[in-house]
Amino acid sequence: MKYVDEYRDAELGRALAAEIVATVEPGRHYKVMEVCGGHTHTIYKYGVDDLLPANVELVHGPGCPVCVIPMGRVDDGVAVAHEEGVIFTCFGDMMRVPGGDGTLLEAKAEGADIRMVYSPLDALRIARENPDREVVFFAVGFETTAPSTALTLMRAKAEGVRNFSVFCNHVTIVPPLRALLESPDLRLDGFIGPGHVSTVVGARPFEFIPADYGKPVVISGFEPLDLLQSVYMVLRQLADGRCEVENQYKRVVPYDGNPQALAVLAEVFELRPHFEWRGLGFISHSGLKLSEAYRDFDSELRFAVPGVRVADPKACQCGEVLKGVIKPWECKVFGTACTPERPIGTCMVSSEGACAAYYNYGRFARERVVV
Amino acid sequence: MCLAIPGRVLEIVDERNRLARVDVAGVQRNVNVGLLDAVDAGDWVLIHVGFAMSKVDEEEAQTTLGLLQRMGEAYEQELEDLKGSAIG
Repeated sequence: MKYVDEYRDAELGRALAAEIVATVEPGRHYKVMEVCGGHTHTIYKYGVDDLLPANVELVHGPGCPVCVIPMGRVDDGVAVAHEEGVIFTCFGDMMRVPGGDGTLLEAKAEGADIRMVYSPLDALRIARENPDREVVFFAVGFETTAPSTALTLMRAKAEGVRNFSVFCNHVTIVPPLRALLESPDLRLDGFIGPGHVSTVVGARPFEFIPADYGKPVVISGFEPLDLLQSVYMVLRQLADGRCEVENQYKRVVPYDGNPQALAVLAEVFELRPHFEWRGLGFISHSGLKLSEAYRDFDSELRFAVPGVRVADPKACQCGEVLKGVIKPWECKVFGTACTPERPIGTCMVSSEGACAAYYNYGRFARERVVV
Repeated sequence: MCLAIPGRVLEIVDERNRLARVDVAGVQRNVNVGLLDAVDAGDWVLIHVGFAMSKVDEEEAQTTLGLLQRMGEAYEQELEDLKGSAIG
């Protein structure tokens, strides 16, 4: 228990670990998926998995927005960034994400005017300050981030900022989870539900998991103790023969989400028929585009976006990592050809990615500290 | 961009556009509070890409801040990105 002393309440940590041992059936192997990349990060930073019995396995899910962007969309972004008169804006995390034809960082070095922004509202400010330039914002993220883009667009429309547009790559959390549950590759026993996404959508959208697939879901906070408690709550449901959506993160997540955020999402976005996910392929109704009322702000209508489709590199197994089928260290290029300094796959780019978390916290192999 | 970082509201600076001045670990910037019902000076909020996502109590804010500070590089980067922000 090398890390438990660093927990906010080490005694509670030890007690929870003991409860977990007492709850699991010794002969049974449990696979619990933490959906959110922020949770993956905490688990490895604090060695939460080291406190679990060997037959409880944490599997990492697709909830890292940077990780799921397919290479073709990066190439499309680079193409728009190279257009005459364009200022292309994006979050810093996107700069090193490899497309089929390089990264935004490389495009910037080649002369494209690409600027990192903290917020979509900063992209809108740049548009106001540069009325003779076209300012494009590369929007990525789940329902956590999409309301920010929506409010920014509502303000752009209200102010009549005509040189601003959004290259929309927002995605929704439920369709990839359903795709994973339908996948024959993976047998999961339960889910640790995402915390920040749930502040927007609430816990209710996850009810299909117990209802249709008979598996427990526990929405979790981000502290190591939150995660340990959430793992316990999933295992407790399994031991009791229950499956339901429980909310461990009640102090922040309302069961019905944030009504203002949901209202602006409904106003500004509509579902695409399908959207490509890195490693997961095309998933129906999983991506957002701008609604009819906001079509004047849609970069895909304003510019000749090539609509590139690029197969993931053969050596890279981000797809299997995102589906939880393999652990990062099982990928052939992990830690050798693919490192945070020179990433091949997206899971190594973002600090929320499972590969980067394993790499940064020295998880190169299977060995686990025996509890 | 994936982090939600706690900040304390100092004042509402633009009522119409729902902008508030916040203090995040000593860095003072404007953020949008339009996703929340009512926000007053002194409230603690979780901030994601320049938008307050939810109100939290001070204990939750301090605990989250402590957790983020121990994250190291990702937290430092988030604060650097915030310093570059000039939402108006």
